[in-house]
Amino acid sequence: MVRKRNLLFYLVQNRPFLLMILPAVLFFILFSYLPMAGIIVAFKNFRFDRGIFGSDWNGINNFRFLFLSGQIWNIFKNTFFYNVAFIVTGTVIQVGVAVLLSELSSKFMSRFSQSLMFLPYFISWVIVGAFFYNLFNFDYGLVNAVLKALGLDPVDVYSSPGMWKYILVFFNNWKWIGYGSVLYLGAILSIDEEMYEAADIDGANVFQKIFRITLPNIVPTVIIMVLLQVGNVFRGDFGMFYQLVGNNGNLYDATDIIDTYVFRALSQMGDIPMSSAAACVQSVMCFLTISVVNGIVRKFSKENALY
Amino acid sequence: MKAIRLDKLALNIVAYAVIAIVALLCVIPFIMVLAGSFTSENAVMTNGYGLWPSVFSVESYRAILTDPTSLLKAYGVTLLITITGTVAGLFLTAMTAYVLYRKEFRYRNKFAFFFYFTTLFNGGLVAYYLIMLKYYHMKDSLLALIVPLLLSPYYILIMRNFLNAVPDAIPESAKVDGASEFTIFTRLCLPLMKPALASIGMFIALGYWNDWYQAALFIDDQNKFPLQYMLYKMITNIEFLSYAAGNNGIPTVELPHETVKLAMTVVSIGPVVLVYPFVQKYFVKGLTVGAVKG
Repeated sequence: MVRKRNLLFYLVQNRPFLLMILPAVLFFILFSYLPMAGIIVAFKNFRFDRGIFGSDWNGINNFRFLFLSGQIWNIFKNTFFYNVAFIVTGTVIQVGVAVLLSELSSKFMSRFSQSLMFLPYFISWVIVGAFFYNLFNFDYGLVNAVLKALGLDPVDVYSSPGMWKYILVFFNNWKWIGYGSVLYLGAILSIDEEMYEAADIDGANVFQKIFRITLPNIVPTVIIMVLLQVGNVFRGDFGMFYQLVGNNGNLYDATDIIDTYVFRALSQMGDIPMSSAAACVQSVMCFLTISVVNGIVRKFSKENALY
Repeated sequence: MKAIRLDKLALNIVAYAVIAIVALLCVIPFIMVLAGSFTSENAVMTNGYGLWPSVFSVESYRAILTDPTSLLKAYGVTLLITITGTVAGLFLTAMTAYVLYRKEFRYRNKFAFFFYFTTLFNGGLVAYYLIMLKYYHMKDSLLALIVPLLLSPYYILIMRNFLNAVPDAIPESAKVDGASEFTIFTRLCLPLMKPALASIGMFIALGYWNDWYQAALFIDDQNKFPLQYMLYKMITNIEFLSYAAGNNGIPTVELPHETVKLAMTVVSIGPVVLVYPFVQKYFVKGLTVGAVKG
């Protein structure tokens, strides 16, 4: 009895706050928590007329078909290795560019080049897809125009699956280089100047200053950024893969990721069982990696953990 | 003494060279598309694309601008969702962040985790798609383009971190003077939050402007295509090209296909590239605010 009155009392006392936060709470219930509950569709024999919650259960049959179809291993492998490649190359390149930017003696050059590098961040993957077409189109693309002018054979990227790992890694880096390097540059600029002055007095050269002062000082920022990406190692950048690769069956072995697979199964084949099982496995894998990685980080340095 | 100068010089040469190359790589595709859109179709057919129009022509722009109805519609949809979505989303983000910032609010940490948890776990595309379609009836509804992108837990938490720098005494004293929480938020805190509102607002607006994914999932009605999705349809679908170019009567063969695609690309990048030098500083601010904690 007493507890009930307490709760009511607090609710009334916090009424203005609760009212103000209500729209956001409703939003997350409708667009995040209900879809979480909807994950049960993976365990159901979905019928459109009965809906997610009304359809009959069918146990793990959807998963059995997914695993028996054999595609799942390849799309999981692709998703994982592409993401690892993006994280490793992205971090190295962005930190490298940030360090070089901080060393430029001309402020104008630094500002100007930051602006140019930031440009790709502002455009959608659709536009990057148009750029891609412009570069690699077999008949008119710039790359082939150059190759032909040099007397070399033109390349048809759409029939060469092997090239795609380089293409996708390149474009991923191209899109994010400005964002990442400006972020890391911000971290570098907030390093205490006195450290560099002290190093100067001790006779350190520029490389020693970079490796002993700059890099160690931005490690916390790097950890947070990597952590955010590692948590999504089983979630691909759908926009990039879909807009660059398109619906090209020749390339699926080399480029299909969970997200493109699920989207295709859902939107083109209407294959609800298969796609819901794949999406469910993906969500669970993502949650597990986030929990594990966060747990490891918490163990070593609590303040760098996500939660 | 000499050694120090030498290594500094060496590093500077490397730095200038690398940065110049990287920056060039970032703009070259833009130049290429712009040049291609001003090249005559025949020149493209024989020589392929280049970095400079080999035979200058505005044919492609004429093709899309003779009957710009579909283009204007797509612009209209994009503008509508960007403006309403950004205003509403920004207001809700700020109001939610304000509540989470007020230490008087008993359940602030519980709610903060309630929002944050959605970034850790989600129901996946299928559940989202089915719920949106079957229970919210979002097929071909403009709401499907606006509502799902209104709030992001990251932006709420970034905004709250920004507010945390505001001393508690400010809302407390207004409270003593009899102001309601909502008044304190709109009159006192919103003006203080201007820098954060500008940077988060930019992020939200860019998200809306560049969105094509929601349209790919839910919109079949060509009159409701946002700009990016229309461009996507046009690049991948030759029949859609004549629709987008407005030349419904003209056989598709006569359209300058290749260059029209590029002209459409230019037209849909245009506004973003034109404003980006001015808004970039807000993005950088948002980045630094965001990087303070996760």
